[in-house]
Amino acid sequence: MTCLPSQPTPKKLGLVIDLDVCVGCHACVVSCKEWNTGGYGAALSDQDPYGADVSGTFLNRVHSFEVLPEGAEVAAERGHTRLVHFPKSCLHCENAPCVTVCPTGASYKRADDGIVLVDEDMCIGCGLCAWACPYGAREMDIAAGVMKKCTLCVDRIYNETLAEEDRVPSCVRTCPTNARHFGDLADPNSSVSKMVAERGGFDLMPEQGTLPVNKYLPPRPKQRLEDIKPLAATDTSGAKGLFAWVDSVLERL
Amino acid sequence: MHPAYSIIFFTTSSGLGYGLAAMLGLGLLDPSSAWVKFAHVLALALIAGGLLSSTFHLGNPQRAWRALSQWRSSWLSREGVLAILTFVPLAISAWFAVFESTHLPLIGLLGTAGAIATVYCTSMIYASLRSIQAWNTPLTSTCYLLFAGAGGSLLAALVAACAGQTSWHFALIAILLLAATWVAKTQWRNRLDEAPLSTPETATGLGHLGKVRLFERPHTNENYLTREMGFRVARKHADKLFRIALVTGGAIPVLLLLVSLLLGQGAAAVVLALAVLLHALGVLVERWLFFAEARHAVMNYYGG
Repeated sequence: MTCLPSQPTPKKLGLVIDLDVCVGCHACVVSCKEWNTGGYGAALSDQDPYGADVSGTFLNRVHSFEVLPEGAEVAAERGHTRLVHFPKSCLHCENAPCVTVCPTGASYKRADDGIVLVDEDMCIGCGLCAWACPYGAREMDIAAGVMKKCTLCVDRIYNETLAEEDRVPSCVRTCPTNARHFGDLADPNSSVSKMVAERGGFDLMPEQGTLPVNKYLPPRPKQRLEDIKPLAATDTSGAKGLFAWVDSVLERL
Repeated sequence: MHPAYSIIFFTTSSGLGYGLAAMLGLGLLDPSSAWVKFAHVLALALIAGGLLSSTFHLGNPQRAWRALSQWRSSWLSREGVLAILTFVPLAISAWFAVFESTHLPLIGLLGTAGAIATVYCTSMIYASLRSIQAWNTPLTSTCYLLFAGAGGSLLAALVAACAGQTSWHFALIAILLLAATWVAKTQWRNRLDEAPLSTPETATGLGHLGKVRLFERPHTNENYLTREMGFRVARKHADKLFRIALVTGGAIPVLLLLVSLLLGQGAAAVVLALAVLLHALGVLVERWLFFAEARHAVMNYYGG
């Protein structure tokens, strides 16, 4: 049924993504594709995979943005402009527009944990949900003709055949810098909720009225290059102890 | 937004079909004429052809029947349900017109109401999407309804002229509706200049740090999202195309309608046939622009 569950759901499972920590390595993109091409629903197909015009279905992608403070130079050497790597997957919105537009009932939001899923056997591949999503979280699989989206690795997080530390979404488990966190955002005492409260976690495009569950943590303030003391190249007057001795010995040579 | 030909053809064809059906339902045309019988069949054919073509863009068209189930929340589902429900009075009207040469007033009016409601549902599929700011306005529905009405009354005037029946009332309705249509459409298009609701700054939440611009896409080639939502038409071409649509879909048909009022019925029919053809062409261009000029919020993540 594509009516949304009564809000809010008792649990709000989702991700918290730390933009300060992400280095843009795309490991989450690869592990997401690897897990989900063999997991829930149809495989994530690629078109022309070994040709020049390769493209394929991904549930998680990493964009990179340049942020220019007012008056900053475009080139990064002045230390004003910063590069922010920006992983993006389904935000499992509370007010998910992709769910209500679905004509078949294939799209739904689970009443117990808030995960937004597609029942692929019901999906006719009309693409209207992808139009309705402002975030680009849904991609039509060209081979299967059905809509694919992040399942929050629903086949991992409740899977008791996996070791407990593996019962998190594949992207979270694989992130080498710990930029992605998984948890219940309805519980104010969960680690993700505390993280959001401490770091000022925010919503993407709040003006779209989607009430995303996933939150993003802002990059921490950055030290400007001109505020960093230049390395002492010639002046060794401040050296103490061993360094002072080495300095004086080298001077005498 | 990518202008898919199946959807452009569908909305143009079904819009004309529902417009004609709505006019026929008023009972102003005498169904004993072969032309009026043909008009009933033509309306059904335009609607059915449009609906069929709309299934061509589906990934799994064999499951299309499932789209009738979610009328509680989905405008697309409501459109499907109403399209089928409206077929009942339209088919009955057509049957009685073709085989009995009679008009059933109540069934006719039901068909008119159903046609209007179905076109409204079609328009709401687009108007309800907040992610596409150009469409997210009641003016979208106004335009779709007016286009259907203008096209339908124009077709009805042509049928009346061919059948040798009174056509001036349809011609007057068509002139008024065409004028209203293009006023509404120009208003709709002026909204494209409004400040965008979502920007790269709101999309990334990084606006407090400065101006945000895309440094690198997630991948080197196109993907489903950029193919589907990333279509952009050059503004200078769009302006030219809009003028073409306005002249062929509105100005010339109005002139031809005025001319037809002065002519005898045979000559009027020829002039009105030309007006119908040009109007349909103008609407096709307008529908293409409806998609090509609309910017999707996701393009904030793709530098478009």
